[in-house]
Amino acid sequence: MNAPTYNFAYLDEQTKRMIRRAILKAIAIPGYQVPFASREMPMPYGWGTGGVQVTAAILGPDDVLKVIDQGADDTTNAVSIRKFFQRVAGIGTTTSTGDATIIQTRHRIPEQPLHEGQVLVYQVPIPEPLRFLEPRETETRKMHALEEYGLMHVKLYEDIARNGHIATTYAYPVKVEGRYVMDPSPTPKFDNPKMHMSAALQLFGAGREKRIYALPPHTEVVSLDFEDHPFEVQRFDKPCALCGAEQVYLDEVVLDDRGGRMFVCSDTDHCETRRANGFFGEMAEGGHDAQTSPLRGGRTEGPGGGEDGTNIPPPLTPPLKGEGNLSRPVAGVGSCKTSETSSFDCVAQAEGTPPGRTSSGHPPLKGEGSR
Amino acid sequence: MQAEAHMLEGGFAEPVLEAQATFRAVMDAMARPAGIVRIGPNATPPAPLTPLAGAIACTLLDADTPVWLDPLLSGSEAVRAWLGFHTGTRFASAPDEATFALFRDPAGMPPLDQFAQGTQEYPDRSTTLILQLESLESGPPLTFGGPGIKREATIAPRGLPADFAAQWAENTRRFPRGVDLILTAGDALACLPRSARLMEREG
Repeated sequence: MNAPTYNFAYLDEQTKRMIRRAILKAIAIPGYQVPFASREMPMPYGWGTGGVQVTAAILGPDDVLKVIDQGADDTTNAVSIRKFFQRVAGIGTTTSTGDATIIQTRHRIPEQPLHEGQVLVYQVPIPEPLRFLEPRETETRKMHALEEYGLMHVKLYEDIARNGHIATTYAYPVKVEGRYVMDPSPTPKFDNPKMHMSAALQLFGAGREKRIYALPPHTEVVSLDFEDHPFEVQRFDKPCALCGAEQVYLDEVVLDDRGGRMFVCSDTDHCETRRANGFFGEMAEGGHDAQTSPLRGGRTEGPGGGEDGTNIPPPLTPPLKGEGNLSRPVAGVGSCKTSETSSFDCVAQAEGTPPGRTSSGHPPLKGEGSR
Repeated sequence: MQAEAHMLEGGFAEPVLEAQATFRAVMDAMARPAGIVRIGPNATPPAPLTPLAGAIACTLLDADTPVWLDPLLSGSEAVRAWLGFHTGTRFASAPDEATFALFRDPAGMPPLDQFAQGTQEYPDRSTTLILQLESLESGPPLTFGGPGIKREATIAPRGLPADFAAQWAENTRRFPRGVDLILTAGDALACLPRSARLMEREG
């Protein structure tokens, strides 16, 4: 706190008032994108400036903040935003979904259901769901005004015509309370049902595009679909390799250069909580079926694994397509405890990670998620 | 001289934190329409502006937001001077030019459609009305549904215009255009955003 003194939560009061007024209007008109005078923040566009501004405007000294990036608490984007607010607001932070009062997220909704009084703040790259169909703001604004969303249905129909099913898997458009079509930010469509009638207030901030929108609690959020092609979420063949969770969103982690891979919870808090409660997946260290773990000379999934009895020790080959799993206790890579006391370890690890290995080592617009 | 001294006093002692606390109360209330939120008002504006309405004004008003005062408030030089000093706000000459409107006497307020409604393209450009009421619990009960409300929520504000139900139904029909209400009484506050739908009274 001896650093140059910023105002509490970084933003000046005039800016906070402007954002707060936009938030109130956004709540009053669910799904409508309220323009606001987005400020430059001490981080580049694409790194969550919209979400950071919303969080800064609502944050109080008693709040407990959780920040996730693709479900993970320990990736660069999440760690640096959490550190930012620790420094400029001196607030408490957590990685536990249940303990947080404000959760800022980049592209996931926690698996654990949110409760009354929590606020979920989304970082949004492109708030306009119609933008890729109609580049002119004047036109998309008119389309929202007239509730003219035929184009979006045409797009989904073309998906079906080309692929036999709706191929949109993230940023899947939703209709809010039967009025506004809204972009849920590039969350996997797996998370769309969690927005519907959520007990938490959901706020969306797009810094570069200068828009704020909101979903009050208990609000109807319907994913667009057709009668003969109803909305469906992704399914995974296998449970999480670390905690054995089913019906959660999984990340694929490549383990070696011979096709070895594992699927683990994208939500690190959910995964760690389950393991702390004694649930283990097939590749968990110290799990009930540890003898089947590749580390212990058991079978491995997928081709190229341990045919000759020499198992490839995954610790020496960091995940190539990392989804920020480096600091998880995957096969001996130093485990990053998520308690507050060890948050500096997380920082050190995240900061010591070469670019390109964490999910947030690149701007979030470059087609994340599965196409 | 005494009036001037009074004008300088009565704002937030801790402007940053108290504005944040007041805003969170208003945000929670706006997200859960017709639900009562209690907050100890920590501004002491000159009468007839109430402490809670004064705190909300200090939280949301500034030079960017023209405010319209009802005759009882605008007749008070002390209130105008206090608002001007503590918020830097401008005063709107007509209701439809105002971003915010403050009412000491909501029963006699102009019809809701006299205020800025926003446009179909920009429905956010509408007036937010801040009402000082006698009570939120002892008046005729009004039951609302809609976003932010689990099943339904009932509130009983005392001091609203006699034809409020009809006016609010009109306001709902204009959605997404329309005004939003912040109701205050003592330390209690509740919001009625335009998305809150008045349910038919039974019987």
